[in-house]
Amino acid sequence: MIPLSWYLTLAAGLFSFGLYGVLARKNAIAILMGVELMLNAVNINLVAFWRYLTSDSMNGQAFAVMVFAVAAAEVAVGLALVISVYRRRKTVSADEINLMKW
Amino acid sequence: MTPIQVVFLFTAALILWAAFMMVTRQNLVHAALYLIVALFGVAVIFVLLEAGFLAVIQVLVYIGAIAILMIFAVMLTRGDVSHESESVNRGFGWAALLAALFCFGLIILLGQSPAINTPAPALAVDRDTVFELGRALVSPDAYVIPFEVASVLLLAALIGALVVARPHIKEKSKQR
Repeated sequence: MIPLSWYLTLAAGLFSFGLYGVLARKNAIAILMGVELMLNAVNINLVAFWRYLTSDSMNGQAFAVMVFAVAAAEVAVGLALVISVYRRRKTVSADEINLMKW
Repeated sequence: MTPIQVVFLFTAALILWAAFMMVTRQNLVHAALYLIVALFGVAVIFVLLEAGFLAVIQVLVYIGAIAILMIFAVMLTRGDVSHESESVNRGFGWAALLAALFCFGLIILLGQSPAINTPAPALAVDRDTVFELGRALVSPDAYVIPFEVASVLLLAALIGALVVARPHIKEKSKQR
């Protein structure tokens, strides 16, 4: 039997890699990939807690399905923004997209 | 150590390795391929957690749609990226420090939780969790409103992505 703490540790590690990717990468698409890693870590946590603590109802899995839908919407709009920015500025580097920087 | 634990440890090592490679690769197409490896590992984790439907959705939605969309976007925006000398910004040391601190903080915090040692209750043999999940998503006293809101959100994202990514009319006439 796998202890719950193993799943949570895996999710913490995966979330931290995603956080590093979001904070450190320059390319806007790489930042979106980091966000995907973080969402997956959250999903592992949701399903693990569902399986270990509340498996008599389906709440955890239903939340995970919502996270899937939001992730799909987020990546569609995010990549559309990236392509739109690329078309105007010929760059997708996050530190060169500074028109609205104060 | 039981075989299922060996499977878990192997999958977890694969996921974390792929995630590390993903955030450190310069070439974004390689990063997207490592992202696919990590997403597939998460699907295996869902199977280990007896959430088979979510594992299928993970492969369909994340690998089949999101990762492919990422690769398309990488290839559509390839102008200056491949020649870029550095792929991380100046503060990447702080980012790494923050991420490591966050990870250790989370692990220490969850070690103090009393729920951490609960064994997984066995699911009843005749229980159909896919059926129950489908019922929960459309039943009025469970998740029908979030379900409908999610469908509106997806429609809004579809229209929004089309509007945002469409070339503007002025630009189009300039290009001609």
